[in-house]
Amino acid sequence: MKYAKFLLVGIFFGVVLTKSEAVSWYRIFEMFQFQSFHMYGILGSAVVIGALAIKMIKGLQIKDISGSPISITPKAKSITRYLLGGTIFGLGWALTGACPGPLYILIGNGLWIVTVVLLSAIIGTFVYGLVKNKLPH
Amino acid sequence: MDWLIQPWPWYVAGPLIALIMITLLWFGKSFGVSSTMRSLCTIGGAGNVAEFFKFDWKAQRWNLIFIAGAFIGGFLVNQFFPDPNPVAVSEATVQELNNLGIAHEPGLIPTSLFNWSNLLTVPGFIVMIVGGFLVGFGARYAGGCTSGHAISGLSNLQTPSLLAVVGFFIGGLFTTHVILPWLFK
Repeated sequence: MKYAKFLLVGIFFGVVLTKSEAVSWYRIFEMFQFQSFHMYGILGSAVVIGALAIKMIKGLQIKDISGSPISITPKAKSITRYLLGGTIFGLGWALTGACPGPLYILIGNGLWIVTVVLLSAIIGTFVYGLVKNKLPH
Repeated sequence: MDWLIQPWPWYVAGPLIALIMITLLWFGKSFGVSSTMRSLCTIGGAGNVAEFFKFDWKAQRWNLIFIAGAFIGGFLVNQFFPDPNPVAVSEATVQELNNLGIAHEPGLIPTSLFNWSNLLTVPGFIVMIVGGFLVGFGARYAGGCTSGHAISGLSNLQTPSLLAVVGFFIGGLFTTHVILPWLFK
């Protein structure tokens, strides 16, 4: 039962991203054309509220359900990997119209063809693991 | 029940996504979907060929349950309250789609592009196979995707995540304004 809560939050995530059309190829295309505020509104409001919440969590030293302080592990310092990796990700994101979360959600929506995109993304993850040490980080 | 059928506006969805991230923090976890693909590689035995996949995926089991939930969430919407209309993108975007010859039909994705018989055409292969590969490769190289960097990372005011998001836009703008017109015009 300790995993049931993650299943419920996941279901909620799938519903929210489908109903807000954030999983839609059309919405991602529109976002990169700067022709609507919709996706910027979603990401922007999530970040503003998220930032306020994290500030509050840190300020009030709020604890998680197991009683340990909530801490967010900072990402390692680098420029190359984030900028280069991010650019590669972005090239793919605008092609598929879906980042990893939406891939799972679209398949749930009965769009079985997206399993091909997900499998290819898993292969991409695998190949990264193979060549990781040869890449600048 | 009309609100279940209608698409939800950004000012409903954005705060709810923040709520999901905060709930996961409260559960002692951090929101980030792309790492589930690393776990799936490890489960498939990738640890035998690359050091990167030798990690305790069981500590990440909660995330696999989370994405199973995401799949179910998509399924529930599609079964019980799908939006029958085409995604209401702006007039200008509809015009761009026409210019590229991509049909704006009901449903979340253009199925005239995403379909099995299109897989082995040049545009279909690049969009689905190459696109998917770049998403998986790039997310791991950058150490996160939209959920991990754009939502969690920016909320935590992390410079690495800002760099990653700048990268997401460099890549996305290049694809949308250079690659897609080249593929479809």
